[in-house]
Formats: sequence, C-alpha cells, structure tokens
Amino acid sequence: MSASTSRSRVLPGFGLSLGCTLVYLSLLILLPLSGLAFKASHLSLAEFWAIASGERALASYRVTFGASLLAATANAFFGLIVAWILVRYSFPGKRAIDALVDLPFALPTAVAGITLATLYAGNGWIGRHLESLGVKVAFTPLGIVVALTFIGLPFVVRTLQPVIEDIEPEVEEAAASLGASRLQTFSRVLLPAIFPALVTGFTLALSRSIGEYGSVIFIAGNLPLISEITPLLIISKLEQYDVVGATALAMVMLMISFVMLLVVNGLQWWAASRHRGDGPSDGEVR
Amino acid sequence: MSTAASRRANTEPRWLRVLLLCVGLGFLFFFLALPLLAVFVEALSAGWSAYIEALDDPETRSAIALTLLVALTVLPFNVTFGVAAAWAIAKFDFRGKSLLITLIDLPFAVSPVVVGLVFLLIFGAQGLFGPSLAAHDIKVVFALPGIIVVTLFITFPFVARELIPLMQAQGKDEEEAAISLGASAWQMFRRVTLPNITWGLLYGVILANARAMGEFGAVSVVSGHIRGETNTLPLHVEILYNEYNAVGAFASASVLALLALVTLVAKSIVEWRMHRETRMLAEALPAEGNPGRGRLVAPVSPASGDF
Repeated sequence: MSASTSRSRVLPGFGLSLGCTLVYLSLLILLPLSGLAFKASHLSLAEFWAIASGERALASYRVTFGASLLAATANAFFGLIVAWILVRYSFPGKRAIDALVDLPFALPTAVAGITLATLYAGNGWIGRHLESLGVKVAFTPLGIVVALTFIGLPFVVRTLQPVIEDIEPEVEEAAASLGASRLQTFSRVLLPAIFPALVTGFTLALSRSIGEYGSVIFIAGNLPLISEITPLLIISKLEQYDVVGATALAMVMLMISFVMLLVVNGLQWWAASRHRGDGPSDGEVR
Repeated sequence: MSTAASRRANTEPRWLRVLLLCVGLGFLFFFLALPLLAVFVEALSAGWSAYIEALDDPETRSAIALTLLVALTVLPFNVTFGVAAAWAIAKFDFRGKSLLITLIDLPFAVSPVVVGLVFLLIFGAQGLFGPSLAAHDIKVVFALPGIIVVTLFITFPFVARELIPLMQAQGKDEEEAAISLGASAWQMFRRVTLPNITWGLLYGVILANARAMGEFGAVSVVSGHIRGETNTLPLHVEILYNEYNAVGAFASASVLALLALVTLVAKSIVEWRMHRETRMLAEALPAEGNPGRGRLVAPVSPASGDF
C-alpha cells in the first residue's frame, strides 16, 4: 500500500495537470453555471415558483418529457434489436451500417431538423404516405418524438453492443441443454445480463432528449401549450426580453440535468458492478 | 456439445432472425439512411448549377469560414485541457476523483440553450460583466468571443473522456521506467505518453470537432445572427430554411452532412486502429506473466463516446 503511494509520486506533473484542469473547469463551467444560480437567486421563491409552474411552462414540461420518454422507449426497443443483429448476425454491409449508427452524433442537429421536417411534411417522402393513412407527423407533437428518436438512436445501441459481445456462449448453451426454449433463454438468461446496460442507454437517450433544441424546432410546429418544448420557451422568453423568466426556466432545466447526471452515474456504476459480478471467471478463462 | 448443436442452441429460429433483421434494418433505413439521402437529394433538387450557386453565395462562404475559425480556435484548448485532465485522473490517486470525472461530463447533461443563456447572463448587456465590458468597448456576446466560449463549454468533455479509460488501462509502468532511466518530464511525455495515446487523442478530437462545427442551440443564443459576421453554418441553414430557400438551406446542410460522413469514416478508421492496439496490448501482457492486466485492457472500448 505504502509502496504504491510513494510510487505514484514518481511521475511528474500531478500538481500542474490537476491545477490546470481545476482552473479551466472552474472558469469555463462551474463559475458560469453558478452565475445562473446567482441570477436566479434574485427571485423570491414565490416568484420563481410562479414562473416555473406557469401554464405555458407546465405544458412545455409535459411536451418535453412526454416526447422524450416515448422516444427513449422507441430507442430501447429498436436499439436492442439493432444491437443484437449487429453483434450476432452477419449480413452484407454490416460494418458500414455499424458506422452509420453514429450518424446522429455526427450530423449537426439543425441539418437533422430541417431534413426530418421535409421528410415528414405532408408532401415529403414519408409524410405523404403517412398522411394518406391519416397520420400527421410534422408540426405535431409526434414530430418531436420522431426528431428525438433520431437524436437518441446511438445511445442504446452503443451501450448494449459491448455487453452483448461479452455474453459467454456457454451460458446460453447451458440454458438450452437444460431444456429452455429460446424465448426462456432470452427472458431468463440474456435479458437479466443486458438489462442494466439497456436502462443506462435508455436514460442517456432520455437525458439528451430533454435538453435537445436544434433538431426539434423545425419539425415541432412550436404551438404554445401543444408542441412547444421547454428549451424553445426559454428562447422565446429571451426574445421578448423576459430575461428573468428565461433564467428561472433555465434553472429548472439545470436542476433536471443534475438529477439526470446523478442517475446516469448511478446506473453506470450499477451496470459495471453487475457486469463484473456476472463473470468473475471472465479474466481467468481467457 | 457439437458445434452444430451449440449453434442451434445459441441462435433464434430462422423466421425470427429474418424478422429481427427486417425490423432492425428497416428502422435504420427510415431513421438514418433516408434522412442522409434526403439532404443531398434536396440540395440537388434544382440541379448542380443552382447547388454551386447556393454555395458560392458570399454569406454562405463567410458562414463556412466562421465555422472553421471557431473549430480551429477551440480544438487546441480541448487537446491541452483534455490531456491535462486525463493525466491527473488516470495516473494519480487523489480525493474527489470521481466527483471530478462527473464534473467533466457535466456539459453533456446541460441543454445547449441553457449553456447559451448562462453566457448571455454573464457577458450580455445586463449581465454580470456587461457594463464593464461595454465601458471598455469589448463585445463578447453577439460576437466571435461568445461563440467560441460556448463552443469551448459544449466540447469540453470529448478529449478527456476518450483519454481517461485509455490511459488508465495503459497504467503508468512505462512512464515510471522512463523517469527512473533519467528522462525529463517533457521527454517522458513526448516519447512515451504521446505515442501511446495518439489514436485516442485523435478520436476525441474528431468527436469534438464534429460537435464544434455543428453546434446549434448554444451558439444560436449568443450569436445574434448577424449575417456575414456571426452566422455559423448551422445558423445559416436555419435562416435560409426559414426564408423558404430550400435549395440554399439544403446546399449548406449538405456541406455539414459531408462533414458528418467524413467524421464517421475517420472515426471508424481510428476505432479500428485503437482496437488493434488494445488487442495487441492484451495479448502481449499475459505473456509477460501478468494475467491480471489483460482484463483491465479488454473492456476499453472506443465506442463509448456520446456527443
């Protein structure tokens, strides 16, 4: 123990690198965010509450969270299937398709926004067919779900892929040789193994969706009380020079971000400990 | 168990495999491939000459130049502070380390609009430093410095996040050997650490660059949308789209989509290189009679990056 502490001092640059990191982090991120809290603290609790629970604000939370939850659920379902086929099956073009999964990370949100709005508009490639079925997507809350599904798509797939890769074939073979059907093997053996990762991916997608702005505003229609997300409400308050109102709502969003960050951290810790706990033999076998 | 039987036990019946493939690939087709295709089809809908003309517009050109300028300014900061943070976190033990890692991730969790607003409140006309900045005639908000600062905020985690697990997995034996053989700190960093982290660093830079060039929400709040001056390419796309100039909007969008495609290709190449190196490392280490280290290396996956 003492050997490792004294050895850690052998390497140079601890003070410098940690000092630089802390100064940069404080100046760029922590102090500005405290500035927001400072500005919001000028409001009394009653005033803050009046803005944060105003009719339009409440409706925007409903739209933001409802759409984000639906999109993250869609991503969990389809993401599981996509991760599964990418790890387990072989088909032509698999590597290119695998790389394409990251497109929502790489494509600027404004580009995604105008493209999805064009595709799902009444005369768009997809919207045309959906509208003849009586389903309107663009400029309705459903459009928000579509945009957020696009944005959150990689999270579930990328969190699940390494976990599915690590499942040992022996486990499934054992289940099958003990007489389990494929469905039983999936629900009793595979699903418990990948469940923490699935929940983590879901939460990451949700967390990203709640703050998303660029891809949503073009397809949402942005009708107050119906299809207005909270980030957009902040912008429209700013445009009306209602800085106080914008600050209060931003404070609500920031607190939600902190909670989501803690949840994600907790989940990742849970998934990692489950993952390690599942296969203590893992390292020795290889 | 024979291989044929074990294969049967480990896979789904044929009809289910076909169904899963259809659902999964269909989902990717409608949500990824079709939008990507649509960008280019819309951009070229009025022909090549209209496309070239749209891109040759002076405002579009200045938006492209501004976007490049912002990315080039931001990246050196990302590299410097990403390496510094990863060095402190991966090579040393200290109290509050996990809190520091969480704080580095913070920019991912905050909504871009909130980020923009935060800097507006600090540097804006009625902001904390607004009056004193105005007295010295310094413009931060609705000018280039504001765009750069919010982009720095948004892209802060990328490099550090890629480097921390990589440098943790590599351990500190090689650096310690270099120091005990009499290398200076700078020699150790340049000859030992830097070659080891080149690909991880590049990976982080690619991700940070894509985000820096594509950021919309945060930049939109602090830019002021002054055409030809503070309009980045994503903001330019928005303005053209809202003016019903579909060809112009999609022509600019196609430049950004090309950037995304280049990003994906570069990312795949770097991922492949990193994968090969970690595999070589994992194979080399147990041979040295150190089986415990093989496990540490194996879970490092470059695919963890989220924007």
